[in-house]
Amino acid sequence: MRNIRSIYVPRRQVIRGLLATAAFGATSKLWTGCSSDSATSNSTTESGSGTGSSDQPLVLGFLYVGAKDDYGWSQAHALGVKEIGNLPGVKIVEQASVPETKDVQEVMRSMIDEDGATAIFPTSFGYFKPHILEMAKQYPAVQFFHCSTLWEAGMPENIGNYYADTDEGQFVAGRVAAQTTKTGKLGFVAAKPVNPVIRNINSFIMGARSVKPDVKIQVIFTGDWLEPVKEEQATNSLADQGVDVIGVHVDSPKVVIETAEKRKIFSSGYHADQTDLAPKGYLTGTTFYWAEFYKNYVDMIKAGKKVMDGSIPRVIQGSMKEKYIKLAPFGPAVSEAAKKDAEDAEAKIADGSLLVYTGEIKDNTGKVRIPKGTAYKMTDPVLDKIDWLAEGVQGSVS
Amino acid sequence: MAAEAIGWWGVPLGILAGTLRSSAPFLFVSLGECLTEKSGKINLGLEGTLLMGAMSAYAISYLGSEKWGMSPAASPWIGVLVAGCAGMVLGFIHAWLSQQPKVNDIAVGIAMIIFGSGVAFFLGKPFIQPQAPQLPFFELGRLMSNVPAVQSALQISPLFLIGVGLAPLMSWFFKSTRPGLFIRAVGDSPDAALAMGVSIKKVRMLCIIAGSFLAGIGGAYLSLVSPGSWNEGISSGQGLMAVALVIFARWNPVQCLWASLFFGGTQAVGPALQAVGVDSGIYLFNAAPYVLTLLIMIITCSPKRTLSGAPGALGTISG
Amino acid sequence: MSKTPQSRIWIANGLGMLSRYNWRKIAEAIALPVGALLFSLILFGIFCAFCGKNPFAVYGLIYKSAFGSWRSFQGTLLRAAPLMLTALCTALPARLGLMIIGNEGALVMGGLGAIAAGLLLSYGSITPSPEQLQNVSGIPSAGVLLGMALAGIVAGGLWIAVVGALRHYRAVNETISSLLMNYIAIALMNHLVGGPIKDPGETIKASSFSLPEMNRLINLPTTRIHYGLFYGLIACVIAYFLIQRTTFGFAARTAGGNVKAARIAGLPVGKLTVMICFLAGSCAGLAGMAEVAAVHGRVNESLVAGYGYTGILVAFVARYNPIACTLVAVLLGGILSSGGALQRTLDMPDATALVFQGLVFLVILFSESLYGRFRVFKEPIAPIAAPPLPPSSSTTVSA
Repeated sequence: MRNIRSIYVPRRQVIRGLLATAAFGATSKLWTGCSSDSATSNSTTESGSGTGSSDQPLVLGFLYVGAKDDYGWSQAHALGVKEIGNLPGVKIVEQASVPETKDVQEVMRSMIDEDGATAIFPTSFGYFKPHILEMAKQYPAVQFFHCSTLWEAGMPENIGNYYADTDEGQFVAGRVAAQTTKTGKLGFVAAKPVNPVIRNINSFIMGARSVKPDVKIQVIFTGDWLEPVKEEQATNSLADQGVDVIGVHVDSPKVVIETAEKRKIFSSGYHADQTDLAPKGYLTGTTFYWAEFYKNYVDMIKAGKKVMDGSIPRVIQGSMKEKYIKLAPFGPAVSEAAKKDAEDAEAKIADGSLLVYTGEIKDNTGKVRIPKGTAYKMTDPVLDKIDWLAEGVQGSVS
Repeated sequence: MAAEAIGWWGVPLGILAGTLRSSAPFLFVSLGECLTEKSGKINLGLEGTLLMGAMSAYAISYLGSEKWGMSPAASPWIGVLVAGCAGMVLGFIHAWLSQQPKVNDIAVGIAMIIFGSGVAFFLGKPFIQPQAPQLPFFELGRLMSNVPAVQSALQISPLFLIGVGLAPLMSWFFKSTRPGLFIRAVGDSPDAALAMGVSIKKVRMLCIIAGSFLAGIGGAYLSLVSPGSWNEGISSGQGLMAVALVIFARWNPVQCLWASLFFGGTQAVGPALQAVGVDSGIYLFNAAPYVLTLLIMIITCSPKRTLSGAPGALGTISG
Repeated sequence: MSKTPQSRIWIANGLGMLSRYNWRKIAEAIALPVGALLFSLILFGIFCAFCGKNPFAVYGLIYKSAFGSWRSFQGTLLRAAPLMLTALCTALPARLGLMIIGNEGALVMGGLGAIAAGLLLSYGSITPSPEQLQNVSGIPSAGVLLGMALAGIVAGGLWIAVVGALRHYRAVNETISSLLMNYIAIALMNHLVGGPIKDPGETIKASSFSLPEMNRLINLPTTRIHYGLFYGLIACVIAYFLIQRTTFGFAARTAGGNVKAARIAGLPVGKLTVMICFLAGSCAGLAGMAEVAAVHGRVNESLVAGYGYTGILVAFVARYNPIACTLVAVLLGGILSSGGALQRTLDMPDATALVFQGLVFLVILFSESLYGRFRVFKEPIAPIAAPPLPPSSSTTVSA
């Protein structure tokens, strides 16, 4: 009997695991017959005809890359979604902390098949390629709205884009910063050298230099979207170098703003109003108001409009004029003159007489990037290709 | 606010400041792990404990001063205490589970990372946005210099000083006290400990719980001192690295202190260099602590001698 | 004196026959993990009840979204695929007594190797010029994928082989060195895609160039499961036979049991260590290749999704048994799928999934200690007077 048992010892685990999961597998197979058929037939009818009818609620699916309460990018979206969640006839399905892997596709699929979503809003840049492209191909009747301007001709027709350009907000914030700085040195704590971040740095310094042409800005890239320890060290290092206004573009600017306040220097925020975090040093900040977009989309989709036939515009893009972004209320350190100046600049931007990207603009190696006489509107796709840092930025993108 | 630029002096200063500011979590976790490992068990779950500590300290500090009417000077300290206690609870689970027969302590540790961070994230949601009162500093720099950069670099947290003091104390405890001897005996040769009439289970239980208490305090340092905020990325692997530092430090508490200071300092190299304009290869600079640690290990280790100080009963993995 | 000697012999024979199949052990092997799973569900149910959710709704949802239908089960398998491979990265060296947690790093290196090979074979360059992008080479996609798989295997393998070599020749602790190498690999990847191998056309997320559509790893027909799942299953089966049925595996297990004894027996411990580590790393590297070839089509930070760290846990729960790794990976895939449904349907926070995962694994790990504790599963002591079993049934092999 002893030797009989000895054969089984190394296999015990195998059998254990095998049977345990075989049980799962078997039941799932057995149950396929009765559950999956009905589920799929339901979902196809829903996604096919459910859009226009009023008795079924409009189901919208939202995906976030971070937690819904990260006090950053994802939270800004989630707050916008909260506002449309109360609208009659709208049902929201949300999933947070979805990594940019195959998971994204699985989550979108579940939202469509199981929850009956007819429009999907994946809010992270990284979801677009390949995940949204792939799912849009597989579900041609479902509309996908991605927060970016990445759609190009040849990509599936059921993808729409929406985006709030922050350049104008950063430009005005830069003007405020230039009028507040005493050392003439600005700092910027950034996550990664990618286009949206680079544009925010550039427009910040361009705004600052439009007031004081000799202002410089030192950039520190922390390397990731959420790196609290590095963000703190970066802010301190900048303060050590005599920087007295700090701009920020990381996922959650809280640490940077708080550290700046501890070092008794000024800060310019991002994502949301952070006045409470730095009651003395907070100047202003670019804040998103995604709810405008989402309300707009709900109205259009309810009216039976579709991005596939062009009744919903391919790209909905806007900035200060459309109130998609706003400047946060000015902090006490902002002088009356600077406030007045910022309001003037805002007005000029809104009526189109001031364009942020007006040549001549050089990069920080002295090369002319936008020649004299050329000016780009915020919606120009050329701007999405910017991968250089503007004159006055101390830092490099690689 | 009229700070003159200090130029390249910013690099050594930044590293010094980084050392003083961000090595404390490594220090507390590695001391806690040192105590745990001396008794012959590994607790990889301290990453989860660190997060739990950070969350509960911040939550108590905030709730205490805002909702329960405590003074903002007292509530962070109560937060630190609660963080330690939260750590003890997780430590108890680890200690109890990892001492069941046939249960691997490393596996339990990894499961505890998931569980601990899960609970911390779950309970921590409402505390990401509000601001909690922070622990005070000793303004050491005020006495020595007028330069704000130096003043800020030399802001020393009392919690850090406690950690620094704890290292030699723990070393003395292991070497010269009876309980210290028991712990070493349990870790080195459980049989001998049994013969001495020591309960292996009880000693290990106490060591793991005490170690987790320290790790919880390390978490409190993260959320109440530096960076002084609670969010879900606050630890970013520091707990795991601290566990690794114990091996690096050869299970010697005083060397844990040096290792933690070294690691905290190297972490500041990247941002400090970028601030003075060295900005190519940011990712490689950020990896500097890991590369340096690995290099030092390669240089100092030798196959000819075994690691001195390694508890004999440690890391015996059995399938 | 027994009254019915005949029946006693029968019973003894019967027990003997049954015990060949060791039914009590099998029953134990089923009952304990299932019981552990049920118990963790009860605990989680209590947790949910505290959060104001109906536990039974939660159970139904978990089942439905993880295993309830073929389409949801596919999602489970998809999530399980990379975990099987990364689990082997810990499970194989564990047989040698090495604790390696460098899975994430090996996966990233495998992905880097694979994308380099894939781009070289498709376009002739890792950073192809616009002209090169226009003409994809004539190498059939199977060839390109094979090249990618080999490159992934070699890159991941070498990465962990270094850990093994450092362990053997410099006595550097393998756990800490492999952990450090994770961070180094991720930094290296970020550096490369941020500069040297960057696709300048991609401005939103620093990435390498993309593989051409035709050279991607495709899905199994009529499913959405890519062939990476097969890589995992095959690698686990091969690993099982390698460890349990070959002299190489025997040597490794011997060395794992007692290094000194293995040295005395003349086993090349150093070579064994490096080779096992290479194999381990190559499994994780293959996972990286599958992620790149089937999911992302390129390399960027999305490749770091925690598959490596989850793989460690899978290896432990499976007790380093490669076959069990596949099943534990499927279980975990199911838990991961159901975590999403809890958020979408019951509006629970994202961290709920972590709590659930942690609870399940803690309870399953605890259940390990219960083996042999229950009387029901114990072999009854054979009757003293029982005659020896018939010769035919006693020709058992002793391992």
